[in-house]
Amino acid sequence: MSLIDSFARTSGTGAPRPAAKRRSRTRASIGPATIISGLVLLIAVAWALFPGLFTHHDPNDGGTTPALLAPSLDHWFGTDQTGRDAFTRVVYGASQSLLAALVAVGVGLVVGTAIGLIAGTRRGWVDDVLMRLVDVLLSIPAILLSLSIVVVLGFGTINAAIAVGVTAIAQFARLSRSEAVRINTSDFVAAAYGSGGTFFSVLFRHILPNSTSPVLSLAVLQIGSAILQISTLGFLGYGTPPPTPEWGLIIAEGRNFVATAWWLTVLPGFVVMAIVLATHQIGNTLRKATS
Amino acid sequence: MTESAPLLSVEDLSVAYSQSSAPAVDGVSFAVAAGSMTAVVGESGSGKSTTANAVIGLLPESAQITGGHIRLGEVDLGALGASTWRGVRGSQIGYVPQDPGSSLNPLQTIGKSVAEALRIHKRADRKSARAQVIDLLAKVGIDRPQMRADQFPHELSGGMRQRVLIASAIALRPRLLIADEPTSALDVTVQKQVLDLLDGLRAETGMGVLFITHDLAVAGERADDVVVMQSGKVVEAGPAARIFSRPATDYTARLLADAPALKTKARHTATAEDSQADSSSAAFVSVEGLTQVYARNEDQVIGVDDVSLSVQRGTTHGIVGESGSGKTTTGKALAGFLTPQSGRIRIGDFDTADSVKGNAARVRRRDFRRRVQLVHQNPYSALDPKHSIRQILTEPLRNFRIGTRASRAGLVAEALDRVSLPTEFLDRRPQELSGGQLQRVAIARALIAGPELVVFDEAVSALDVTVQAQILDLLDELQVELGLTYVFISHDLAVVRQIADTVSVMSQGRLMENGPTEDLFARPQTHYTRTLLDAIPRPVMLHGGEDAKNPTPLAAAER
Amino acid sequence: MILDIRYLFLRLGQAVLVLLLAFTAAFILLSLIPGDGVTARFADPALGLSADQIAAIRSETGADESWISRYFISLGGFLTGDFGFSVQTGAAVSTIIAAALPSTAVLALSGFVSALVLAVLIAVLATYGPYRWLRKLLDSVPSLFISIPVFWLGILLIQFFSFRLGFVSVVSPGPAEALVLPTLTVAVPLSAPIAQVLIRSITDVRASGFVKVTSAKGASELWILVHAVARNAVLPGLTIIGLVFGELVAGAVVTETVFGRNGIGQITAQAVTHRDNPILLTVVVIATLAYVTINLIVDLLYPVIDVRLRTAPGATSAGKKPADEPTRRALSTTAASVGVDLAWDEKDTHS
Repeated sequence: MSLIDSFARTSGTGAPRPAAKRRSRTRASIGPATIISGLVLLIAVAWALFPGLFTHHDPNDGGTTPALLAPSLDHWFGTDQTGRDAFTRVVYGASQSLLAALVAVGVGLVVGTAIGLIAGTRRGWVDDVLMRLVDVLLSIPAILLSLSIVVVLGFGTINAAIAVGVTAIAQFARLSRSEAVRINTSDFVAAAYGSGGTFFSVLFRHILPNSTSPVLSLAVLQIGSAILQISTLGFLGYGTPPPTPEWGLIIAEGRNFVATAWWLTVLPGFVVMAIVLATHQIGNTLRKATS
Repeated sequence: MTESAPLLSVEDLSVAYSQSSAPAVDGVSFAVAAGSMTAVVGESGSGKSTTANAVIGLLPESAQITGGHIRLGEVDLGALGASTWRGVRGSQIGYVPQDPGSSLNPLQTIGKSVAEALRIHKRADRKSARAQVIDLLAKVGIDRPQMRADQFPHELSGGMRQRVLIASAIALRPRLLIADEPTSALDVTVQKQVLDLLDGLRAETGMGVLFITHDLAVAGERADDVVVMQSGKVVEAGPAARIFSRPATDYTARLLADAPALKTKARHTATAEDSQADSSSAAFVSVEGLTQVYARNEDQVIGVDDVSLSVQRGTTHGIVGESGSGKTTTGKALAGFLTPQSGRIRIGDFDTADSVKGNAARVRRRDFRRRVQLVHQNPYSALDPKHSIRQILTEPLRNFRIGTRASRAGLVAEALDRVSLPTEFLDRRPQELSGGQLQRVAIARALIAGPELVVFDEAVSALDVTVQAQILDLLDELQVELGLTYVFISHDLAVVRQIADTVSVMSQGRLMENGPTEDLFARPQTHYTRTLLDAIPRPVMLHGGEDAKNPTPLAAAER
Repeated sequence: MILDIRYLFLRLGQAVLVLLLAFTAAFILLSLIPGDGVTARFADPALGLSADQIAAIRSETGADESWISRYFISLGGFLTGDFGFSVQTGAAVSTIIAAALPSTAVLALSGFVSALVLAVLIAVLATYGPYRWLRKLLDSVPSLFISIPVFWLGILLIQFFSFRLGFVSVVSPGPAEALVLPTLTVAVPLSAPIAQVLIRSITDVRASGFVKVTSAKGASELWILVHAVARNAVLPGLTIIGLVFGELVAGAVVTETVFGRNGIGQITAQAVTHRDNPILLTVVVIATLAYVTINLIVDLLYPVIDVRLRTAPGATSAGKKPADEPTRRALSTTAASVGVDLAWDEKDTHS
């Protein structure tokens, strides 16, 4: 029987058309943009872990190097006002920025997903209360919320990261709640209860594994926006204190010399942009592949 | 049927999608004569919709006509430029889509949608369009057309929306109407009304109809000519009467043999015999006064209201109804997925009237789950995409603590074998299987814990007819082998007739009647059941008598 | 009747509740946790105030009260427009804010309108653009825009347009001239989520069944754009507009700092630097009020545009949804991808 296949009706009883969906899933391909993005992120991670492999200059001490040199083979991004190599500072800044972004996303992911899963599986008044709280988090503009938290916690890399993380809680909570609700009302969860499953066995066997991929792809997307927000706090002077290199701070310092040494501002900015863009690309590819 | 000058002639048409190597449509030829209906019939993936899209020039960007001609009268449609094409669409060729739910602009009034073709082709100004719209709506049998014209699509029922779509397709009196599965989203009684409307319009205006369908019975009942397609090719074409009485190919013969609507007798009579005897004394399942009302408006109930029925052990009880009849709610209550507001359900020695508390209740519920299983309509969503088939089948064993870690592997393999799937499938995931295979896995899962009652909720509705027939055969075998009792819920009377010993007919949340299947089909007691039975399409050759059809398709199928 | 009165009151009540909770959260964060600002400010020995004088100031400003009465005093003050006094300058917060608000409002409004124009332009070109490469290029523009650090963009624009090209005078620009570059800085990142949602919704609407039916009637692309796509694609755009308000505030804070414009943004930055919590609290509450109000208006506008929401609940059969499912799903994921969350699920489960 060659005909054991597929799906005929889009019947009045509301059957979807999974045949098409299946096809698109298997066809989800990895384009050149995604490969380049992956390389960009790999380089950024390598910078953070082994900065010494990528540069032989010192990030905090320019020594006798002249200040404000234009980009050259030896100083790719030129030198800053004290003769420090700008590229070296960007490379060493990766660990600060990426660590902060990971902390921020970690806070958002853990707290937000816990709230969302509890709300989405428990429903009822628990759901109502938790989601109203999430509404409150959403209704305070993110930058003001993170500034308020930074004021309370004090300035610094990790504090800025926590502040940014709190603003991400709401999105993780919303997504994981809607995933939990969707999965909870799906036929396969009904079938799992039908074959004798208990609340916890269904939660751990079906709901958690099925909600991880969308939540993880949001986490990747959020790393990009966390890098941006943390560098914004750094630029405003509330993040990592100088002289430790941090991307927002590097751009803020370069800004004073933008008329004479544009490279101190422009080139680090491109690096930040490329890395954020790469996380978006990877996150979107993940999301498309798993949805 | 004028052979000499067809209205539409398709010759050797081939269409290919850029991303796949095999052509979607491969050398297809057929014709539609003025005033007649040609039906293109095929299962999913046969290329029938692509053919329709090619005829109206609306292939997606990724598809391209790679060969052949499409002629409307003397005009070669393939040679038309974009703006000439626009002049043909709507005025010469009308199009009625598959899904009335999404085919009307939700933010536009009905009147505007119907008038659209008139306005596009500048045949009417705003004012005169309005008058024509009212006429058209009246013509397609819409009540109070004045009022309806100002309503929005979401205020109309599915059947009414399909009438509106027909009205807007015939606004400019096109010579050819393309109807792409126009009734597959509709209930059977509404389907009949829409088909009657199309027949009437065809007779009145002399337009030709190209009718795309997966439903052989509809094609056989309504079409003059039938074209059977499979994998992009025409398998067989000819007058409907000839194809239905003397199919020339195995494929058509098998389609005819498998289509439940073309069978007038139940296939299975084995279990029916002994059960008829004592219907009241020892019913295995009995439902009394089941009520679960979600909402009530006017005389319509959403949910179920006061439903009673009983099922003998080892038999199959069908529950038939259109959308909104409450059949699914009844099934959920039977399978223990909802506790009804009132009424009593007894299954074997389980009785909702017994009150057990605390731990005993939990043990009982677990025991109940083990003995009553539900099979869902859509096999794609009923199996966890993250689990392998092995995990899916092992889960009930673990939950119910059946067997040991070692013996479960054997039980799982046995369960898969029971539904005729090879053991290699154990390590695959649901997305690697076809719909029919998935439904077999779902059945295997339902049976693995050794239930006594299995509730099937539209369990074959999502499958192609040939697959449907295989699953129904499998269910029959398993019932005999394991002594199972089935409750089989379906919108499709023909399928229910195939499998059920007794039937309940439901409508709008209420039970209309129930009784032995053949009695009910032969002597329906209520007006509603009669309407429902009348609405089942009856292909041409069935009018001639029963003897004519049975031997041929079946004999051909066995070849 | 277009608006259901019960719906209106329900939404209004929800908005007030969220606002009250946001005030409470901000109050706890900025007034309770840091202890009292009066002691922090006046205990400085350099001021030479005696313990008695400080105590007098404390009781005068209410710093002595229990936290619960301070909460209600503060809440009462906010309801009557009395936001307390700046810790740093001692001036009334209301005066400081009132002086700064107009300039920020102008920047926000011009930035928002420009973002909208930019977003529509990008979306239309990305979907109706004449060449495939152009459509593909514009399709990726929103991702690019969302990845640009706003402060960096501002610096670049000043450098390029003012210093290099001399288009905008840096030394003494006129009021309109001074607005051009800040507006652009606010608009570019803000346009990205709006454009992305518009691209997705236009694409979805064009692939929908009713557009095919309209083409089958012989309609041209232009006819379809005007009669079918435009209105249907606007609906999701409306929602995203309410939700990007947070981005707008972030844009204003950063832009004002970079361009040295007086405004709420710069006041906020100074308040953070000097830990001037009363000012920060006021800014948070006002911004939240604006966010909640804008989203309330969007919610109430929805039924005006989407006829499907007009019918009173219960009049039609169950399962009715405000927008068709695929669009909503696509929209939520798109929004998530640009860092914005849509409130679909709430509306779903409560309808």
